[in-house]
Amino acid sequence: MEQTVKLKKKDIFLTGIFKENAIFIMQLGMCPALAVSNSFESALGMAVMVVLVLMLTNVLISALRKVIPNEVRIPAYIVIIATSVTMLKMFVDAYAPALATSLGIFIPLITVNCIVLGRAEAFAGKNKVTDSLIDGAGSALGFGLAIIVIALFREVLGKGSLTMGSLLPFPFEFTFQLFPSKFGLSMLVQPAGAFLVMGVMLAAIVAYQNYKSYQQKIKGARK
Amino acid sequence: MEYLGILFASLISSMLINNVLLSTFLGICSFLGVSKKMSNVWGMSAAVIVVMVISTAITYPLYFYVLVPLGIGYINTIAFILVIAAVVQLIEMLLKRYMEGLYRGLGVYLPLITTNCAVLGIALSVLDKNYAMDFMDALVVTLGSALGYALVIVSFSAIRIKLDSKDVPKAFKGMPIALITASLMSLAFLGLGGLI
Repeated sequence: MEQTVKLKKKDIFLTGIFKENAIFIMQLGMCPALAVSNSFESALGMAVMVVLVLMLTNVLISALRKVIPNEVRIPAYIVIIATSVTMLKMFVDAYAPALATSLGIFIPLITVNCIVLGRAEAFAGKNKVTDSLIDGAGSALGFGLAIIVIALFREVLGKGSLTMGSLLPFPFEFTFQLFPSKFGLSMLVQPAGAFLVMGVMLAAIVAYQNYKSYQQKIKGARK
Repeated sequence: MEYLGILFASLISSMLINNVLLSTFLGICSFLGVSKKMSNVWGMSAAVIVVMVISTAITYPLYFYVLVPLGIGYINTIAFILVIAAVVQLIEMLLKRYMEGLYRGLGVYLPLITTNCAVLGIALSVLDKNYAMDFMDALVVTLGSALGYALVIVSFSAIRIKLDSKDVPKAFKGMPIALITASLMSLAFLGLGGLI
């Protein structure tokens, strides 16, 4: 993907969120998306972390792109990513220990998240620092929004409530009860629910795209 | 004898109850990506079993006998990913030299394993004493997880091939129906929870 045409900054940002959404369109980084989406808060924490890591690694890799020899670029990227993730893990351990225990193994596993290495390879290794920063923010926000939406469905339908402040270091803690938890579909909070919600949402997006292309066809036929 | 019993329980629990794919969500990318063709699945499973066991056999002593005594246990993620990349590279070279046929069979899948989160995930998980009590147990848990990965990905692939010829609603074709199949499999594996 050689970027011959100069992209506008806004386009770079929005492409990452909508047109090339990591989860819903590209289906990259599914492991953390399925694993941490069982509660809204852990999804939010994960989203913030991925945004930070992706912006940091994109900037570092873009700044070093002329120094790193082409043959060893993948190992070099992996070391940069692993270092950034380790730094972030220490930070989370120190300031949000509840979140760190809840996400557990999935914090160090951001290292092997396909999105991070994917953006490094596809964008940051070839583009300027500011563009890479924007691209990193956009792609990571797209990922973050996707897992937050999935988590909202799973927590609200599964437990009938939404909890804030139990994992993240907020100064308050409250539970927003929508309906009694005995009517919740507890299966949605379990691993099986992650696959189910993700499958139904992907189908909904495909159905919407099909509908749009069908409408365009009708418009074209009328002309 | 009792020790062997514990090891056997670890094997069964890591293979069936805490299945890497269906309950801890490690290695989902390869699970959804390569499961379209049966021949690919066998290659990938074999590669994952070999790389996982060898990686843990190296990373576990590395952590407890080198990194921790030196006081740099926190760089485990960086160290482990390098070990895994090196193991993959080494296996690739050995296979190329001594087992040409198998090398061609596994070919594409070996490099992909470096970024398979199941390998790094298990290598990091077994460091926890609640997860595996000693080196032998860690190896057994790793083997069990790798076998569980192979079991699920092979059966999933068999279902997916059948699904291709079925009349699925248009919007559900491909990935969505695959995810719903995975969801039903995960529910089925939930039933194995009472095994131990």
